[in-house]
Amino acid sequence: MSLELIRPGRRGLFCEAGDFHIDPWRPVPRAVITHAHADHARSGSDIYYAQHDSVPLLRKRLGPHSLIRGVDYGEPFRLGQTTVSLHPAGHILGSSQVRVEAGGEVWVASGDYKRDPDPTCADFEVVPCDTFITEATFALPIYRWRPVAAVAGDIHAWWQANAAADRPSVLFCYALGKAQRLMAELLAYTDRGIYLHGAMVPLVAAYRDAGIAMLPSLPVSAAGRGHRFSEDLILAPPSAAGSPWMRRFRGHSTGFASGWMRIRGNRRRRGYDRGFVVSDHVDWPDLLRTIRETGARRVLATHGRTDVLVRYLNEVEGVAAEPLETLYSGESDD
Amino acid sequence: MQRFVDLYQTLDETNATSAKVRAMADYFASAPAADAAWAVYFLTGGRLRRLAKPAELRQWVLDLTGMPDWLLEETYSSVGDLAETLSLLLDTVLAPPEQASEPLHVWVEQRLLPLRQQAEPDRKRQLIGWWTGLPTGGRFVLNKMLTGAFRVGVSRRLVVRALAQASEVEPARLAHRLMGHWQPDAAFFRHLLDPKDHGEDASRPYPFFLASPLAGEPGELGARSDWLAEWKWDGVRGQLLQRGGDCYLWSRGEDLMEGRFPEIEAAARALQDGTVLDGEILAWDDDRPLPFNVLQKRINRLRPSARMQQRAPVIFLAYDLLEQDGGDLRALPLTERRQRLAALLDHADGSIRLSRPLDDPDWDSLARRRDQALAMGTEGLMLKRLNSPYRVGRTRGDWWKWKIAPLTIDAVLLYAQPGHGRRSNLFTDYTFGIRDGDGLVPIAKAYSGLDNAEIEQLDRWIRSHTTERFGPVRAVEMQQVFELAFEGLAESGRHKSGLALRFPRIARWRHDLGPADADSLTSVRELLDSIRSGY
Repeated sequence: MSLELIRPGRRGLFCEAGDFHIDPWRPVPRAVITHAHADHARSGSDIYYAQHDSVPLLRKRLGPHSLIRGVDYGEPFRLGQTTVSLHPAGHILGSSQVRVEAGGEVWVASGDYKRDPDPTCADFEVVPCDTFITEATFALPIYRWRPVAAVAGDIHAWWQANAAADRPSVLFCYALGKAQRLMAELLAYTDRGIYLHGAMVPLVAAYRDAGIAMLPSLPVSAAGRGHRFSEDLILAPPSAAGSPWMRRFRGHSTGFASGWMRIRGNRRRRGYDRGFVVSDHVDWPDLLRTIRETGARRVLATHGRTDVLVRYLNEVEGVAAEPLETLYSGESDD
Repeated sequence: MQRFVDLYQTLDETNATSAKVRAMADYFASAPAADAAWAVYFLTGGRLRRLAKPAELRQWVLDLTGMPDWLLEETYSSVGDLAETLSLLLDTVLAPPEQASEPLHVWVEQRLLPLRQQAEPDRKRQLIGWWTGLPTGGRFVLNKMLTGAFRVGVSRRLVVRALAQASEVEPARLAHRLMGHWQPDAAFFRHLLDPKDHGEDASRPYPFFLASPLAGEPGELGARSDWLAEWKWDGVRGQLLQRGGDCYLWSRGEDLMEGRFPEIEAAARALQDGTVLDGEILAWDDDRPLPFNVLQKRINRLRPSARMQQRAPVIFLAYDLLEQDGGDLRALPLTERRQRLAALLDHADGSIRLSRPLDDPDWDSLARRRDQALAMGTEGLMLKRLNSPYRVGRTRGDWWKWKIAPLTIDAVLLYAQPGHGRRSNLFTDYTFGIRDGDGLVPIAKAYSGLDNAEIEQLDRWIRSHTTERFGPVRAVEMQQVFELAFEGLAESGRHKSGLALRFPRIARWRHDLGPADADSLTSVRELLDSIRSGY
């Protein structure tokens, strides 16, 4: 039996040999953070370790006085008796897998990740390991993503058709990661400016500060009085759907960009006109490919369809796999 | 078929009614008649039956993809719709082409319908070939044709509106032409959109005029003397046609109820040729209706035995006269139609009878009459404007149903299973129980009544409180109590409780109650007794 380097504790995934937690959900002395989404980065810990690019995003989430140490990808540092390094996870800007080595054992906690190219963050790096901790958000064989450039083309065509009919196009997507990725991918089709819901404005600014090229944008609140948005694309978080804020977009058409849109029922139930299948999580084929490429003998599945993934790995792939209880949601940030 | 696949996608991708109607109208105006006929057939809920069993389709997809069957089941329970699940799973092994070739009618007539005569290996080979040759959207539409109805958020009414936009034919005539049985082919479609009147097929009923629920007080409708009031009978709404020497009995669901109610058909032969009655099929004993579940025994029974006819006697209670001497009376005022109807049926006490108007002179006395609805075995009152024509569909203003307040009980959620269509990946079909000794016994299944937020909340609760699974059905911890509203109560062997509710639906989620507060078999039986005795 291999050494249990990382195990679930009351406050989060705990590495006893290094005396630190990964993405803890309660305050701890030392926290290593995979990325800046709310279910992975919670306030109150004494010190945070994270990749440089996510530091500005974490500041917004954790408050200006939090102690955050930025490290480079691939730069090893010591925590207790372990050597820790961060490696690109391809999920959002600054997202990392956490590699932990002690006593000849290597574990990788991958946080949320994807393999598809994304102009807003570094490409996923395969990190060979003995035990691989993976998400399972979209662990069903129906989840397969088309190239995002093609989906951006669909979004652009939808926007153009709406504009021709004088209809504002309101595209719902998560404010951190998805919005910026779409704004970068749409550059291939247009350089026309778009409007942003207020919640997205500081996050888009942080990406611009990191040098990411994206469509020009203005806050919705900066549009002149009487502006009808009839030819505009507006990005907004899903929580804005059905709110009074939407009233200003007369005759709008709505879309939602998410991996969940692969299933019609998800789109129709929420009443969106269009669903665009774009995800910042791995799809089923890439999930299996990644597990094979890490060479891991053992896989621990955290959030999503862990039941399906664990059974499939054990029965079909012949890889020892178990579920790992965590409080990560995964679903809500796609 | 690509054009139909595109239409399906457009309908699926917009929530605006006007856009749906426009998309269909464009399709009907431009598609070849032979294809458009099938499109009308599918969009109005038509199905192709017995082409391939769902279990076979599943097995063929398992064979193609090589995945374990539990994984297909998990996927299906997450997607909720078999046709969609299979098309998405096929993406894992088949690279979809861009276009679906061959027109819709060729697909249906030359490919799908002949499947019925083919052996399993042939059907499998054909299906795999078709799946390979279709884009994902086309595969989905094909699987939908194989497995059942489309459910794309268009009603028959919207299809009629679109057909009217695409032609010069008025909606009422289109609706009439779509009633009954027709063969979806080019000739039918051309006839459907033909602006000229050809004298319609003898078996074809008129589109039903439907009442709307009265939300306010009847006093707001104006003078009592402008309205006809009658009981709202609880049976199967129907139309009885005596034309060309033949009798046709149609239910509102547009099923020809041929051979099920011989006593009504026999009585109809005594009517003059060219007569059409609108009314209600009811189980009836002497001078009062029997509970609906007595009628239910007869609905699906072809050629019922004399004993069955005696145990569950039925009558046709007529409300309206739509045709006399072959002439369409629908434009006449209701008073005139009712006078003619009364003259026609005045002597009748057999299997066709007249629904007698209630003569209470003012709204107050009528309201008191309505209080006796349950004891009378009815659901309340109907109010019809005396000078109104017989309209088409649910047109508001002239016909109102003034139902009594529903009965209610508190019951405990026992089982849940996923719904269909837009609710297909949510648990929305529920079975409820009442207390019996220390346990709970099922009494009703109910679907509607919760809002979307509650449905999602309950769905999450069900997923995390499942105690057992039986296929798609989950047994849950017996904790959640709901107030069920319903219209009637009767003895029945359908549920273990020995009782059945009529039109049960969820009135409220009683977060404030626990299972111990739910109604018991004893309390519900007392309710039944009180209804029978008229309180």
